[in-house]
Amino acid sequence: MPLHAYLVLAALVFVIGLFGVLTRRNAVGILLGIELMLNAVNINLVAFSRFRADLAGLIFTLFTIAITVAEVAVGLAIVIVIFRVRRTIEADHLDLLRG
Amino acid sequence: MRIGSPELALLVLALPFASFLAIGLIRPLRRRGRPAAAVSILAMAGAFLTAGAMSWQGIPVARGLNPAVLWTWLPADGGPMASVGVWVDGMAMQMCVLVTLVSLLVQVYSWSYLADEPPPSLGRYYAYQSLFAFSMLGLVLSPGFLQMFVFWELVGLCSYLLIGYWYDRPSAAQAAVKAFWITKLGDLGFVAGIVMLWSGTGTFDFWPLFQAAEGGALHVDGLTTIMFLIYLGAVGKSAQFPLHVWLPDAMEGPTPVSALIHAATMVTAGVYMVARAYPLFALVPSVLTLIAWVGAFTALLAATMACVERDIKRVLAYSTVSQLGYMMAANGAGAPEAAFQHLTTHGVFKALLFLGAGIVIHHFHTNDVFRMGGLFGQRPWVGGSFLVATLALAGVWPLPGFFSKEAVLAGVLHAHLSVPFLMLLATSFLTAFYMFRVVFLAFFGHAPVHHEHPEPPVAMDAVCRALAVLTLALGLRAAVASHHVEGPAWLPWISLTWAFAGIALAWATYQAGRLDPARLAAAFAPIDFLARRRYFLDDIYGGTYRLLLLGLSRVVGWVDRYVVDGVLNALSAGALRAGDALRRIQTGQPQDYVYGVALGVLLLLVWAQLG
Repeated sequence: MPLHAYLVLAALVFVIGLFGVLTRRNAVGILLGIELMLNAVNINLVAFSRFRADLAGLIFTLFTIAITVAEVAVGLAIVIVIFRVRRTIEADHLDLLRG
Repeated sequence: MRIGSPELALLVLALPFASFLAIGLIRPLRRRGRPAAAVSILAMAGAFLTAGAMSWQGIPVARGLNPAVLWTWLPADGGPMASVGVWVDGMAMQMCVLVTLVSLLVQVYSWSYLADEPPPSLGRYYAYQSLFAFSMLGLVLSPGFLQMFVFWELVGLCSYLLIGYWYDRPSAAQAAVKAFWITKLGDLGFVAGIVMLWSGTGTFDFWPLFQAAEGGALHVDGLTTIMFLIYLGAVGKSAQFPLHVWLPDAMEGPTPVSALIHAATMVTAGVYMVARAYPLFALVPSVLTLIAWVGAFTALLAATMACVERDIKRVLAYSTVSQLGYMMAANGAGAPEAAFQHLTTHGVFKALLFLGAGIVIHHFHTNDVFRMGGLFGQRPWVGGSFLVATLALAGVWPLPGFFSKEAVLAGVLHAHLSVPFLMLLATSFLTAFYMFRVVFLAFFGHAPVHHEHPEPPVAMDAVCRALAVLTLALGLRAAVASHHVEGPAWLPWISLTWAFAGIALAWATYQAGRLDPARLAAAFAPIDFLARRRYFLDDIYGGTYRLLLLGLSRVVGWVDRYVVDGVLNALSAGALRAGDALRRIQTGQPQDYVYGVALGVLLLLVWAQLG
């Protein structure tokens, strides 16, 4: 398969993730969307690494995965705390910063 | 090393200053009152003895040599810009003796007069007194215009502080401010004049200026304007028309202060300054003529106001204005020696009059002469002292006022100023009249029914007696010495006749009852009307103040309220509106922010593609 097939896949996954982030009302859903966007990036990195025979992309990907794990851990922890305090994780209701 | 007059002069200056510093800086001393008074009186006594020793020793240099001892004050590249020092000549020494003597006597008198004051106030009073003595002596000993100006302002400050001594009385506080502002009006001219003189000649010092003036080598553009401006300072300080209005109000201060500052010393500073700078004034005859006319007019105007005044201190204040007019007229007529002679004799007997008036007020508990009477029978010594001073002021032989007044009149006549001469003659008649009006009303006639007659305190009485003896001695010395006044032989007889005519009129009106005061007033109805209203000068000043200053303030207030504040209010309202509008962008919804980010990235991409 040529490179652009991977890139199209990555773009699709990224846009699906962005759509999820923008439209989901549930905080966990938003986190899932972010996860998708990050994985789209990973696909890009791996694809370029493969086609350009450059290992740097693979190493970046390893870092990204590690960071993503940490991000999800922190994100879910925040969601749990928010739920304990506000009894909801609906993003619409979390508007303390409204001007 | 032999101690010369300049060193003694410095000591004279240092003693009151040290006393001021001690009282001013050492708080317990000031708060206790009496010890502060003792320090101040001792320092003044020392200064008086030193001044006496200085004048005993005589002038340090021969006539025609520089009598000034100078130190550089403002060093500059081309020689010092200004110097400080002492100028010790006959006039300065005589003035030093007068100032220290009257200061000493007044401070002793105040010891009793202000006995009921709370101690902290008394300490404050003596701190001011010491500062005043220092400033006045510094003014007298000034060897240049700049130093004179500095001390000139210092005495003005002391005058303000002492008039407002009872600052919780609104009238005293107002009088203090009025005195300060009106004299400042003249001082503006003074400072402008000396700066212009400096820019023309490059020096503030008297000696080079006098040398150049006498050698005819003083070439300054607009010297007439300069000397007129310098004279303005004297107009304010020496209460000449039209700036005389502050002096009667200054009587709100304690009576000893009036005796010292507003009769004997500070108000004569203007006369002294003109007499001191006479070599310069001599170059501008037009200003001299103006000085003589204004002086004579002031003398006459103030005398008419004194005739209708009921307050004994104000009568004396107007009489001071009137006598200052005499001195200035002599200055203007080219007889500064006569002016200075009248200044010294007037200083002694006017101080005596004020201090005597203090006892009178103490006795009757009122300032109104119509509610007094018969004091002579009860207090012959007080009455005698007051009478001596009154006769001296009226110019009766052989009291010092007679000789000095004659010298002034002779000087004015010699300068062919006939109208001012006639005004001064009329003034001498009025002087005798209004002073004997006070004497007959307060010391003779019927004593008002009175519950208590406090004995005058010993110190006050002793000071008055000492001054009375001094007045007599001065007069007798002048009478014994073959005084040779340049003037026609008829002059003494004329002035004596006028004086006695004034006394006779006062006697007929207020003592014998031959003349009804109301009818006398009706005979001079227009003058009486104007004099009772002080020639509307206070109203004119008040009106001008209200019209100009308050009008301007109102305009400025309007601009401030509606223009300056308006712009500020518009700005702040705009900022609030804009902030309120912008606030609504912040929804608090993270997803909206993500929309923003996505949109931003999209725009960046489009921009990158287009660019």
